[in-house]
Amino acid sequence: MSSVMTMERKGRSVVSEKDGLVSHPVLRAEGMSKQYGPVTVLSEVTLDILPGEIHAIIGENGAGKSTFMRLLSGYAEPTAGTLSMGGRKVGFSKPEQAQEAGIVLVHQEILLADALTVAENLFLGRELMRHGLVDDRTMRRLAIEKLHDLGCHVSPNALVRDISLADRQLVQIARALLDDYKLVIFDEPTAVLTGEEVERLLAIILQLKEQGAAVLYISHRLDEVQRLADKVTVLRDGKMVGTYPGHSLTQMDMARLMVGRDLAALYPEKTVKPALQAMLEVRDLGVPGFASDISFTAHKGEVLGFAGMIGAGRTEVFEGIMGLRPATGTVKLQDRAIDIRRPRAAMDAGIGYLTEDRKGKGLLLQERLAPNLTLSALGRFHPGLLMRRRREQSALVEAVNTYDIRLKSYAVKAGQLSGGNQQKLLLAKVLLTDPSVVVIDEPTRGIDIANKAQIYAFIERLVAEGRTCIVISSEMQELIGICDRILVMREGRITGEVTGDRMTEHEIALLATSETKDAAKQGGRQ
Amino acid sequence: MSVITGSTPVRPEREWNIGWSDVGPFLALLALLLIGFSINQDFLSATNLGNVITRSAFIAIIAVGATFVISSGGLDLSVGSMAAFITGITIMFMNRVAADWGVLAIPAGMAIALVVGLICGLMNGLIVTVGKIEPFIATLGTMGIFRALITYMSDGGTIPIDRSLRDAYRPVYFGTFGGIPFPILISIAVAAIASFILYKMKYGRKCAAVGANEDVARYSGISIIKTRTIAYAMQGVCVAIAAICYVPRLGAATPTTGVLWELQVITAVVIGGTALRGGKGHVWGTVAGAVILELIANLMVLSDFVSEYLVAGVQGVIIIIAMLIQRFSK
Repeated sequence: MSSVMTMERKGRSVVSEKDGLVSHPVLRAEGMSKQYGPVTVLSEVTLDILPGEIHAIIGENGAGKSTFMRLLSGYAEPTAGTLSMGGRKVGFSKPEQAQEAGIVLVHQEILLADALTVAENLFLGRELMRHGLVDDRTMRRLAIEKLHDLGCHVSPNALVRDISLADRQLVQIARALLDDYKLVIFDEPTAVLTGEEVERLLAIILQLKEQGAAVLYISHRLDEVQRLADKVTVLRDGKMVGTYPGHSLTQMDMARLMVGRDLAALYPEKTVKPALQAMLEVRDLGVPGFASDISFTAHKGEVLGFAGMIGAGRTEVFEGIMGLRPATGTVKLQDRAIDIRRPRAAMDAGIGYLTEDRKGKGLLLQERLAPNLTLSALGRFHPGLLMRRRREQSALVEAVNTYDIRLKSYAVKAGQLSGGNQQKLLLAKVLLTDPSVVVIDEPTRGIDIANKAQIYAFIERLVAEGRTCIVISSEMQELIGICDRILVMREGRITGEVTGDRMTEHEIALLATSETKDAAKQGGRQ
Repeated sequence: MSVITGSTPVRPEREWNIGWSDVGPFLALLALLLIGFSINQDFLSATNLGNVITRSAFIAIIAVGATFVISSGGLDLSVGSMAAFITGITIMFMNRVAADWGVLAIPAGMAIALVVGLICGLMNGLIVTVGKIEPFIATLGTMGIFRALITYMSDGGTIPIDRSLRDAYRPVYFGTFGGIPFPILISIAVAAIASFILYKMKYGRKCAAVGANEDVARYSGISIIKTRTIAYAMQGVCVAIAAICYVPRLGAATPTTGVLWELQVITAVVIGGTALRGGKGHVWGTVAGAVILELIANLMVLSDFVSEYLVAGVQGVIIIIAMLIQRFSK
């Protein structure tokens, strides 16, 4: 494995094995590092990307994949390190410069204007002109051509808001490929796609490779990486683990390299058996526009998982229960009905919800830790009108010890903590309301591996204390590792339940995606 | 993501963490006093300073209320016309009952002023929170309404206070206690109560949370509607207190009473260190801000550099500079 790296590092160019031609790397990154303040998010990443090669970058959330990609495409400038293209040094301080040099980026999120047509989006900001006027006819014709190349058959006059998610992504890819490109970067392109759409996308990527483009493929879906990648570079905690030839790695190897230790040790031993006693009962819950017919029961001492694709409506279901969104249906906690139309009702009754959007909805980043900690429990914590500062401070000390929140001083602001420590603070904040049901949405998103293991251990401790824990996660491994039972959602409905031996990625993926192709087509027709 | 490893001893700290936004306004105030003194020796005389600070009291009192509104993420443009409207209603009420009630008309008028202020503030608040209208638009609307009402009530002229009440009411503005003019004492009291609410009571915490990030507040179970509406209601009460102090100063309400006060009020809040986008409010900074504005106006009168007709222009420049500083120091 390491021989590959040394071979590449020695010479400026590499003799490709097949035809013996000398080909310069399209892009060479040397010692790329990035720091934000005192925090190093990427250090010393060195790699070559050759033409006609698919180079995958894998790593856990927070490993530095996205940062690396941002450096390559001009969205951020490196603190140290150099980039060279075709043997010449380059530096990008703006995305436009990278684009000009032939590096195009297909964003993970769909960045299109909903109210404009497909063709208008495709040429947004670089409209074709004819006699000083916008040349709509040519743009429409080109749009049809370009989209056809990608196997996308939406009308160029359709509004983007009316086409399916998969088609939107293809429009986005077509938009990126309008430029002259030497290197195409895909950032988690399959995160929002269903099985068949993924296949179509992978075919497009292989086609790009055939045409001689270099492809940088960022993903944590190891099966895709294994099928596509000629080379795989593994990042862990912002550092480079190494670059390996794609065919030499199994998915297990990749997972081990990403995590840095055996996966089994990541999840705590299950010591608590869920009781038969129902804790939370949800019947016929509907969240208009997001979910309908949701019925389930969570038991005392149970870790219940909610799996599904992004956009399946899992988060919205629980926001509905918490009164954060309009919803209908009945919710009972320990046989007592909760008025879900009232925002604080569920929280007061004993349901705690940790949002997936830690920075946007969970914590006041500019605020110190103590006010953050007590924000949900102001009434419980400070009876009467006045605040009890000293009690608050000692609660913080206790939370810091209980949840092992690492900090330099108690005076830091929440935004200065690392992702993992923010998540622990959020957990402490929600638990200050002493909930009997704790709902954790994406418990380990953007968190390093050490903190992950701790969060899992905390979840196990919560159920040991007799609470119920509901975990919403897009990481199937995580759900399988910690849950007693997993409910799978697809397009706003619960499509199945897996327990025991049936808790496999395959089984969950099947429930999460099958039949969706009809729906996708419907979306396209609208 | 770097985790701090090793066992760095972590000590619980008192909340002494003074930043620029805390001391900045006071340093600016000090600098202004020194500049003033170097331009004109009379500037620092007790009489002049007393006058200046007394004049700044209206703005200071209203701006303390605005600190709540702005800190909770809102804005109130209607304060100037609301002050005129309340002044008008108060005087009209007192004049009507003066014959029967005598001097008792004054406390009754004050009570009416407070009630009307509370109602006006609540109205603003409910339009913004329950009606979900942008604060800027909602209070732009009520600003027009209040201004029209005072013009209508005064028939375009003035509403003078009844002669029988004038002398009895005079001390509220012109009187002193222990050598300190009443308006100064009142604004100090208002600021003290406000800082107690903002820093010692739960409401203050909610207010700052709602202003800093509405989503976080909502997800923490804090009612945005309740918190913001209360802020607007307190703003109304503060406007009423300012109006009560203002009545004896000119002894009348006119359609031009309180014109452009909203500019001064918002400027005072912003140069006082409270972020216009919401978050932590700085009550004493706001008071310093109001005094700074009045000092600058005073300097312009005392010196011959700039025409005093340009006072509002200078205030406009100050708020823009303050906003630029807030933006680029972020």
